Amino acid sequence: MTEQIKIDFEKTIKTSELSKADAKLKKQFLKKFIKNGFPSRKLENWKFSDINQIIQKNIGELSFYNDYSSSNKIDTSIFVDGLEHNKIVFINGRLEKIDFSYEDKNKVEINESSNFKNNLENNNSLTDLNSAFTNKSYIILIKKDYYLKKPLIVYHSTNNKIKSKNINLRLDFQLEQNSSLRLIDFFSHTSKKNFINVFNNFDLKKDAILKNYKIDNLQNENIKYSFNNIDQDENSISETFILSCGSNFLKNEVICNLNGKYSSAFVNGIFSLMNRQQHEIRTIINHLVENTKSYQLIKSVLGKESKAVYQGKIFVNSEAQKTDGYQLSKAILLDKTSEFNAKPELEIYADDVKCSHGSASGSLNENSIFYLMSRGLNYQQSKELLINGFILEVIEKITDSEIKNLIKNIIELK
Amino acid sequence: MDTREKNIENLKDYKYGFSTDIENIRAPKGLNEDVIKFISNIKKEPKWMLDFRLKAFKRFKQLKEPSWQKPKYPKIDYQDLYYYSAPKSIKDKPKSLDELDPKLLETYKKLGIPLQEQERLNGIAVDAVFDSVSVATTFKEELTKQGIIFCSMSEAIQKHPELVKKYLGTVIPITDHFFATLNSAVFTDGSFVYIPKGIRCPMELSTYFRINASETGQFERTLIIADKGSYVSYLEGCTAPMRDENQLHAANVELIALDDAEIKYSTVQNWYPGDENGKGGIYNFVTKRGLCKGKNSKISWTQVETGSAITWKYPSCILKGDNSIGEFYSIAITNNYQKADTGTKMIHLGKNTKSKIISKGISAGHSDMTYRGLVDINSKAKNSSNYTQCDSLLMGNKCGAHTVPYIKNKNFDSNIAHEATTSKISEEQLHYCQQRGLNSEEAVGLIVNGFCKEVLQQLPMEFAVEAQKLVGISLEGSVG
Repeated sequence: MTEQIKIDFEKTIKTSELSKADAKLKKQFLKKFIKNGFPSRKLENWKFSDINQIIQKNIGELSFYNDYSSSNKIDTSIFVDGLEHNKIVFINGRLEKIDFSYEDKNKVEINESSNFKNNLENNNSLTDLNSAFTNKSYIILIKKDYYLKKPLIVYHSTNNKIKSKNINLRLDFQLEQNSSLRLIDFFSHTSKKNFINVFNNFDLKKDAILKNYKIDNLQNENIKYSFNNIDQDENSISETFILSCGSNFLKNEVICNLNGKYSSAFVNGIFSLMNRQQHEIRTIINHLVENTKSYQLIKSVLGKESKAVYQGKIFVNSEAQKTDGYQLSKAILLDKTSEFNAKPELEIYADDVKCSHGSASGSLNENSIFYLMSRGLNYQQSKELLINGFILEVIEKITDSEIKNLIKNIIELK
Repeated sequence: MDTREKNIENLKDYKYGFSTDIENIRAPKGLNEDVIKFISNIKKEPKWMLDFRLKAFKRFKQLKEPSWQKPKYPKIDYQDLYYYSAPKSIKDKPKSLDELDPKLLETYKKLGIPLQEQERLNGIAVDAVFDSVSVATTFKEELTKQGIIFCSMSEAIQKHPELVKKYLGTVIPITDHFFATLNSAVFTDGSFVYIPKGIRCPMELSTYFRINASETGQFERTLIIADKGSYVSYLEGCTAPMRDENQLHAANVELIALDDAEIKYSTVQNWYPGDENGKGGIYNFVTKRGLCKGKNSKISWTQVETGSAITWKYPSCILKGDNSIGEFYSIAITNNYQKADTGTKMIHLGKNTKSKIISKGISAGHSDMTYRGLVDINSKAKNSSNYTQCDSLLMGNKCGAHTVPYIKNKNFDSNIAHEATTSKISEEQLHYCQQRGLNSEEAVGLIVNGFCKEVLQQLPMEFAVEAQKLVGISLEGSVG
């Protein structure tokens, strides 16, 4: 792999118009990635899903070079119906369209940057890979006191033109004081066997509100890693919702740094897996100052040979008194071959806190099924009804009613 | 100074901090094959035992010291330790208590366990371990009548080699982790218990450990076998004299329960935790593992951990037999600069297996406490269930409490429920108690004892009282 990646890297640098300093920095990231390689189960973070092995098994040799010189045709059928929205469209990793027609042009700025402020000290080799190969990062700036009128949907789409490729994307969102953004990451893939690596960075200033919905619903045979880093200032709110059911392998990592007083973070997620899918959600909520709050709810429904992993960590600094942290994961295993692993972790250094976590997994309650069947439903219907109710609890947590309905439609729940 | 203050003053110094002056026979410093042969030789062991040790040592040389644990400690130089030391005066074993070194007996007296008293009043057979060699085994006759074997490990190797050979290393194999393998190579002594078929052991078996000689890592090895349909309750209590340098303690405890058998293993651990500045103290790196081998068997661990500079142990149950049950009740208290990384592993292999984990952690001062546990339900463990509850209580904002549970469910018939909370003693609770005339120390003591009650209840009577006192002593001076 090492030779291939070096060649691909040189090609990527040549075709981009980078300054010498930037190219040098990228080289450092590459070096670090080559040193650490794809994470394997030896790392605590990747204990349950060894992405190195998964890539080897499902893709084999990856190619890291992407030709972005010619544009792709946008297949409008991927667009979401029934909801007016702003668009950013990526096809095969190339930015094809930006459309903010519903918004005040002076209040939203989109810049391209080749400056990567990724901390070199971090231990995440996949973000290093991302920083080494993304030739541009896009910075979306929402100005002070501006609430986006319509949600923004970022389409991550791939088609069958690419195979065994590694696609890296990086988006930076900066929300100035008292601004608000509703963001939907919409994944639609018709390609096969690619490794897609998305890195979103959010910077929330005072009173800002971010609602991020990550929807991976369409069945596809790709391997995906999505990393969200959210920095939150005083009184800001972040809400992250993850619908994890489409890809063969998907790991969502969300890190929330609650840097300002009265800030709060919500992470909710649904796994709905079948057919050898393997998905993971890992969250780290860092409570760094007083009076911060976090809430997490993850539910899984696991069918044939699927495996879901939830690793959630609540960290409370010694200064973060009056923290309120809550975490709950529940899983329904539908048959013998499914597997659920959880590692709900608390690391607490302050005494005046309320932190708790719960985790439960098991099969559907036979008594409930009996109850429904005695009222005339057949076995299959009862089962479905119970599962729908189970999942619906997470969807009801979505605070935006428009988007809640959209997501209900997507997963065909009423 | 009123009496209460005086009492607190007295308690501040480690209650059991004294050491007796007995000449030691020591193996030469360091760890190599010769030392292992020396240990084996001095204990007059048969060849298969020596082979067992050497095999473990060979494996040990390939192993690396683990470093994933939360409490970090200065590197231990394994070549700078004595691996064997025995009080000289018991080189030839005494036949009765009267023959014992009076100084030794004095030590036990200070600890509050005068052997003679114990024998008569409590009806407990005490197999007292002073450093690494069993001193006296009492109440043997009554146990012998029932066919129960309760003796030191060395004696068992001599007298019951067939049992030792059959079971030693079957739960903790010599290829296990670093410290367990080290123990397999150099273990000196410990207890051996065998309960024959259908016998309910008439008394609580108990061993008191003491670490005495300076710079001696103590490597205990305990093996308890409960044959079909038998029951035994085993107590282990520990205190250690005050020492400056850190001492390593890496014991192995193996429990085996056959069909319908039940083993209850209780520990009160109060080794020297180091002084207020975190200097000194014992490293308690113990491997405890129970195997529910037979159908309907049950193993229950209860522990009260208040001592040691670093406690790093996970008493575990392997639930192999169908319908077997594993239980784990724990109180861990850390104060000053103590550190603990403790919890359990419940590995469900058989059908209809059940496990229950109740863990209470209390940290005060600058201490750090971690609950780390694993619940693993295998795909063949149909209809199994686990319930876990781990609560932490924090006192002050310089200490830490962490919960790291690993939950693996591979069986759709099985249920796992896990709950954890972290909180502090609320002002309302304190106020309520103080209003009724308790001072703040007493109020905290009361609330903490209430917090721990679920676990304290599991302890045998003799221990429960001592444990309750310990909980109070351990938290002395941490309020306010």
